[in-house]
Amino acid sequence: MANVESNFKNMTLTLLIISLVASAALGLVHQFTNEAIVKAQMLKINSAIEVVVPEFDNQPYEEAKTIEMDGGELTLFPAKKDGELVGTAVKTFSMNGFAGLIELMVGFLPDGTINKVAVVSHKETPGLGDKMDPKKSNFSVQFEGKNPESFKLSVVKDGGNVDAITASTITSRAYCDAVERAYKALKEGGVQ
Amino acid sequence: MEYILIIIAAIFVNNVVLAQFLGICPFIGVSNKIETSMGMAGAVTFVIVLATIVTFLLQHYVLNPLGIAYMQTIVFILVIAALVQMVEIILKKLSPVLYQALGIFLPLITTNCAVLGVAILVIKKNYNLLEGVVFGAATAIGFGLALIIMAGIREQLALSNVPKGMRGVPIVLLTAGILALAFMGFAGIVK
Amino acid sequence: MNKFYNLTKGILKENPIFVIVLGMCPTLATTSSAMNGLGMGLATTFVLLGSNVVISLLARLIPDKVRIPAYIVIIATFVTIVDLVMQAYTQTLYEKLGIFIPLIVVNCIVLGRAEAFANKNNVFQSALDGIGMGLGFTFALALLGTVREVLGSGSIFDHKFISGDGIIVFILAPGAFIALAYLIALFNRIKK
Repeated sequence: MANVESNFKNMTLTLLIISLVASAALGLVHQFTNEAIVKAQMLKINSAIEVVVPEFDNQPYEEAKTIEMDGGELTLFPAKKDGELVGTAVKTFSMNGFAGLIELMVGFLPDGTINKVAVVSHKETPGLGDKMDPKKSNFSVQFEGKNPESFKLSVVKDGGNVDAITASTITSRAYCDAVERAYKALKEGGVQ
Repeated sequence: MEYILIIIAAIFVNNVVLAQFLGICPFIGVSNKIETSMGMAGAVTFVIVLATIVTFLLQHYVLNPLGIAYMQTIVFILVIAALVQMVEIILKKLSPVLYQALGIFLPLITTNCAVLGVAILVIKKNYNLLEGVVFGAATAIGFGLALIIMAGIREQLALSNVPKGMRGVPIVLLTAGILALAFMGFAGIVK
Repeated sequence: MNKFYNLTKGILKENPIFVIVLGMCPTLATTSSAMNGLGMGLATTFVLLGSNVVISLLARLIPDKVRIPAYIVIIATFVTIVDLVMQAYTQTLYEKLGIFIPLIVVNCIVLGRAEAFANKNNVFQSALDGIGMGLGFTFALALLGTVREVLGSGSIFDHKFISGDGIIVFILAPGAFIALAYLIALFNRIKK
């Protein structure tokens, strides 16, 4: 195995050298990949934005505005066409999901009506809570075209207008929580 | 109140072994006797709480300010390895009996994914130091709980007639699966 | 024993999951779909190859008493490289595997091979051992992932072949334990 004696000097020296080389190698890899990582994250957000707001020709990411609320961060992405605001995508969250954090991208029209809602991330139960994903069920469709001023963003059980996902009240409530927060941020952000 | 939720969630709803799949190797390896399970649970709890504190401080006061967050894996695992060494030395002095009983499983705490897992989760979940420690301790209790329940079952299983193909690891995994199913029943008691 | 025995032994005879029973955590956690299992296996294989080769090269120079911490730093370096590269170029898979990518560093298979093989053998054989064990691990994960995905979601590699949900328990926690239990039992049976 080792031909080098295990005295104090050798041990510290070896560990030191290995750690330094490792840190240097990682520093290099980090430099190399950092741009790609940021780009990948941007791509993901942009895809979500494209799904929820009408056609735009600006770079919403560049005009993004962050608002701190309820212990978290919401981001407003204004979508414009020919300089006119056609919609605002709001990246929102709720910590009340069955398995914790749920992140949604809510697209609002300039008058505050919900255009479409996309899911950015969640860890809900497959077959139950994950039905909030438009690919799995029509749950999110009921939000489209509704204005939160008249459409109560809570489940019917809680006196609202939202039809919950069967057997997934908790997820449904969290979803409403996130959409409502997005609306609050929209009004606060002043991009109406 | 917040803390109670963290504790209940960590022990029952998101049990580290039965729901998050962390700490499986020692779970299978040590759970054949109730006594060793308790000793292991104690040692792991101690290491997790200490590791959570040290890694938290390192992340927030060294790694993040210097912009070297990518060094997290290396730094965290080295901290854990060092802590486990410390625990070994202390245990040898304080309780040679327990030290002998745990045998090779003591240094193996270093590779217990639950320890590194918890350290990383505390950072990911954005807990503050106190919340992190509570979360770590509760997770460790959940680990111990799963371990001891399994040990209790296995001590009984050893006396019964397990089909030949299922003997050893398969029957333990199957039991764990049923336990996991049972623990799923806790879902929803937190909010 | 032919030169390539070290490559092939990891796949069946000394399969790390089915025979040696190491590296359980990622096996159970990342196999809710075949793609995830495959991705996890390949990432681990990369680390195994890298760490086996480097450790084999440096084994003589590392004092015995510090070999474990030294090996850990080397392994952690490769894990971080995989982590950064995946974050940059395979974002979706990276998010699905989550915390289990950094956890590769405590995958007993990696440290196990370093201790049991790489520090006693030459670079070529160590490389083969790393690849072989990695492939065996990948095979086991892909297999378990496929079983769980077919039974649990009614799809293979994300191509659904039934409408609606499958036997959901298989993509949840208990299903992982149960499916693996039967696979190992089956494997033991076949070996006889």
